[in-house]
Amino acid sequence: MDVPLFLLFAAIAVACGVNLVVQTHPVSSALSLIGVMGALAVLYLLLGAEFLAAAQLVVYAGAIMVLFIFVIMLLNAGGEKKSRNRPRLAAALGIPLLMLFLGIISFLIQRRVPSSMTVTFGGFTGGGPGDLGRTLFTGYLLPFEAASVLVLIAILGAVVLGRKEID
Amino acid sequence: MNAVPLSWYLILSAILFSLGVAGFLFRRNIITVFMSIELMLNAVNLAFIAFAYQLQQVDGHIFALFVMVVAAAEAAVGLAIILTVFKNRTTLHIDEVSSLRN
Repeated sequence: MDVPLFLLFAAIAVACGVNLVVQTHPVSSALSLIGVMGALAVLYLLLGAEFLAAAQLVVYAGAIMVLFIFVIMLLNAGGEKKSRNRPRLAAALGIPLLMLFLGIISFLIQRRVPSSMTVTFGGFTGGGPGDLGRTLFTGYLLPFEAASVLVLIAILGAVVLGRKEID
Repeated sequence: MNAVPLSWYLILSAILFSLGVAGFLFRRNIITVFMSIELMLNAVNLAFIAFAYQLQQVDGHIFALFVMVVAAAEAAVGLAIILTVFKNRTTLHIDEVSSLRN
């Protein structure tokens, strides 16, 4: 049952990712990004990361994407105009080279990662909130505090940038 | 047929990251460029969690959690910058915001 689930949600993630890149309207891109995040949350569950799957949905698909949609709505962003002078060589070679790059990367990963390394649902049970919290508040306490300072600075920065009289 | 190879997860992560890079380079709307960055961060998270499964350690999850924190902070500041840029230039097109280029 693992393989069909993985293939289904990986296909959803890749399709939504492609849609994000090709859509010209930002709202379509934002909805595609929410699709990617939902599919990735399911894959996190398959990998045994229960807490992160929930956090992915709440923080990413909930909070961050609402912020994006809010800004799109606030700025009344429409479809984007064509770029003025895009080199024709880059436009012709871009997608084939991207495909080639992905092929090489996939080949290298297949070669380097032994096929004995497999993922089965339930093979890792240490991803619950309790285990995560214990590791976070013992071994990673200093990075945790640094992250709190980072978030504080981000709040201050957003408030300063959002003031009315800035120019 | 019950086990997914670990390499499939890593390849999916590479594909999503490359899509993020492509969107970052191709798109001209500043908001879409920003969303491409979020896509790249998500792809990295998937690789972190896949390796955490393989090593049977929760440390990878902690790293993914910190990536989420940084992404949230970055989104808040970045969107505030986008708002300010729009207020001053009334455009979201990246080619028209080029005063630092020359």
